[in-house]
Amino acid sequence: MPVDLRLVGLRKEFPGHDGGAVVVAVDDVTLEVEKGAMVTLLGPSGCGKTTLLRLIAGFEEPTRGEIWFGDKRVDRLAPNARDTAMVFQSYAIFPHLDVFENVAFGLRMARVPDAEVRERVGRVLELVGLAGLERRAPSQLSGGQQQRVALARCIVLEPHVLLFDEPLSNLDAKLREQMRVEVRELQQRLGVTSVYVTHDQAEAMALSDVVVVMNEGRIAQVAPPRELYSRPNSRFVADFIGKANFLTGTVVDARTVDVAGTHLPLSSDAPVATGQRVDLVVRPEAVVLRREDGPGARGVIAHAAFLGDHAEYHVRLPSGDLVVAHEANPAERGMFDVGEEVTVTTGPLHPLPPE
Amino acid sequence: MSRAVRELRLLARDPLLLGLVVLIMAALLVFVLYPVVLVLRHSLVTPDGLGLDNYELLAQRRLYRNALRNSLGVATLVGALSVVLGYVVAFTLARTDVPLKRALHNLTILPIVSPPFSGAISILFLFGFNGLVTRHLLGLRDFSIYGFWGVVASQVFTFAPIAYLSLRGVLAGINPTLEDAAMNVGATRWQVFSRVVLPLSLPGVASAFLVVFIESMADFGNPLVLAGASFPMLAPQAYLEITGSFNLPRGAMLAVVLLVPSLTAFALQRYYINKRQYVTVTGKPTASTTKAVGPAAKWLLFSVVVLFALVVIAFYGVILVGAVTAVWGFDYTLTLRHFQYVFAVGWDTVKDTVLVAVTSTPVSGLLGMLIAFLVVRRRFPGRGAMELLSILNFAVPGTVVGIGYILAFNSPPLLLTGTFAILVLNFVFRYVPVGIQNGIAVLRQIDPAIEEAAQNLGADGVTTFRKVTLPLIAPAFFSGLVFAFVRAMTAISAAIFLVSANWNLMTVQILNQVGSGRLGVAAAFSVVLLGIVLVAVGVIGALVGRRAETAATVRF
Repeated sequence: MPVDLRLVGLRKEFPGHDGGAVVVAVDDVTLEVEKGAMVTLLGPSGCGKTTLLRLIAGFEEPTRGEIWFGDKRVDRLAPNARDTAMVFQSYAIFPHLDVFENVAFGLRMARVPDAEVRERVGRVLELVGLAGLERRAPSQLSGGQQQRVALARCIVLEPHVLLFDEPLSNLDAKLREQMRVEVRELQQRLGVTSVYVTHDQAEAMALSDVVVVMNEGRIAQVAPPRELYSRPNSRFVADFIGKANFLTGTVVDARTVDVAGTHLPLSSDAPVATGQRVDLVVRPEAVVLRREDGPGARGVIAHAAFLGDHAEYHVRLPSGDLVVAHEANPAERGMFDVGEEVTVTTGPLHPLPPE
Repeated sequence: MSRAVRELRLLARDPLLLGLVVLIMAALLVFVLYPVVLVLRHSLVTPDGLGLDNYELLAQRRLYRNALRNSLGVATLVGALSVVLGYVVAFTLARTDVPLKRALHNLTILPIVSPPFSGAISILFLFGFNGLVTRHLLGLRDFSIYGFWGVVASQVFTFAPIAYLSLRGVLAGINPTLEDAAMNVGATRWQVFSRVVLPLSLPGVASAFLVVFIESMADFGNPLVLAGASFPMLAPQAYLEITGSFNLPRGAMLAVVLLVPSLTAFALQRYYINKRQYVTVTGKPTASTTKAVGPAAKWLLFSVVVLFALVVIAFYGVILVGAVTAVWGFDYTLTLRHFQYVFAVGWDTVKDTVLVAVTSTPVSGLLGMLIAFLVVRRRFPGRGAMELLSILNFAVPGTVVGIGYILAFNSPPLLLTGTFAILVLNFVFRYVPVGIQNGIAVLRQIDPAIEEAAQNLGADGVTTFRKVTLPLIAPAFFSGLVFAFVRAMTAISAAIFLVSANWNLMTVQILNQVGSGRLGVAAAFSVVLLGIVLVAVGVIGALVGRRAETAATVRF
């Protein structure tokens, strides 16, 4: 697939308050997005993801760097001259216009003939399930419907790049998951290149072809969701995506690592040298607890919680470390008790590159 | 430096907007700053070059010294009395459960929509040489209302409603649960007021005082009618220097003397006191319990409010009656003679006045919203200067502006004196500040993402303003219109320098009629003027009502 959106060495500084130090919101970001891909910018608040999105939309001007849509450089263009459409966190629906006119707004700005406006708006409203509500005022719509208006208003323009600024964060949990599916299906059907900002890692995983994890203005890792989860490149990414246990060990051979005297399997695809000290990541669901004695470390259950689809245990090892373990289907399989002694083994541990 | 360049480059992405910014800035410089600078410069003109000679006259001549002292004294007392009266009315109508609130509110603010000196005319009718009260009821022969007390009385009548409106906002904004909380921890009703409500409203009190002080200093009509020859005041004295003695430098000097306290009060109000306003408004709905005032206190306050309302009724009643009375004080037969005069001789003036007001109002309204939009939503070099310049005219006394306009536009390239344009321009730039302040307040409550969305969907800056911002701030726009229209219809202090044989205004006519002792004609003019204003306010109000409804349904 050809590259459709390209950010080159982007940097954005904001002047500090009252002559304070300059704040670097986006720091040397380079990124290529393939045509039709859905990319999420994920990170904690203040990591620069929203600023990056606003740079692409043109609401902010980069201090340095370039933005390309296909082979057109756009970073000096005004927002209205860029072929983007953005779904805002607050929806930003025009409260004085009805549903139809909200969706038609961009077409009217482009002076599209009336007949075509009617035709295209009608089609898009059908697509997002708002047919029949054309003459409603925004205030008469539910949160989910407002969300769909905001979405329809963007996709009716068939923009070069579709931008999402935490669009689902104002919805309740159930509706959020439903809209997540709808947004993804729609985006794939239309094949429009999209950039989606969120701080919700589950949303990022569910939606995207590629996740860009950001931290303090910089890109921490760019990877598809599965790779991001199983092979994080830093402690920050591992910690931010899902839950993680961090251990330290010594490499025994290409397949084995020694953690506090216990030999555990080592994930095979990372280049490590024998005898090297490494930081290791293992997900709670890869931690296996058994009652019976055997190979592995002995530990004591310090905390046990029943969470429906899984149980969460905190296991204290002789070294003093706490390991979090998730065991599936506790309703059927029963639970360990607090204070019970267990044998702890793990699936392959993923070594983190030295920081 | 780099920041200014960056902001300019950002703005240049939208050429139409950049053009507008430049145009507005140029207009503000020419029509706001330039005239004031000319007044300053002219006050330094002496027979042999520039110097402070004119200001030395202030020390040398008793007349000027007294004018300054009188103006300051009147403004201080009027400020204090207006605030006390305004506070009582605002407190009663905003925080107690007295009857007739709506009617009392409307009566209280009636003086705001009438010419600023109609109170003075009523006072002449009631307390003048042939006054109904002084001459006929009390039989006084040698009583004179002219001077200090006459001016104070008519100015309090005129400006207390302004203090009322601004204090009402402050008092209504104090969360009633604070009163409940204070009572809950054992405070008596008087303690609740003196320890909680009063301290919370003190910045508002100071602000209202300064606003009235500025208005009083700048007032022209009331002093001209009621000050009399033995009680000189700055604004009329400056006018007399220029129109009577044709001494522009001395007039300019007095104008500058008038400007200094006004600007000081304005700066105090804007940059010191307003930053100390306590905002206790929260998103939580609070029901007013209105138990914090005992029944005795409540009815005492209520009687003060009713008394002021009765004075308003009496003052306007007297004007109505005076307009259909043959010769006040001598011949009380009913007649339509005065109205015939207005419609025959004065009809051109009525048409001129309405035309000037109708032309300047929408321009002023739109300009106000546009400046508010630029100031709140855009970043460009000179943004702060634009805001300051556009509201500066609010603090500059009309007399100063009027003198500045005749100095600035009396020669090519901008030869405007005596034209329709100079009146319109004067009103546009004089009354735009209120629209700007309203617009800024409303804009700050509108999510900027809505305007970003419009831009994102392809609208440039001007289209965004036209299609999105303006409809959203329509209520503020219309109330700005009402204010601009009322002021354009009733203004006098600057306009009196700018009228000509071709273009005359009703307010000037009224003053002339009072000056030549024809109170009946003045009253008839006032009635017509007030009628036009009330009809216009009603029409715009009906529009706002419909607009406000749509705006209310689009809360988000």
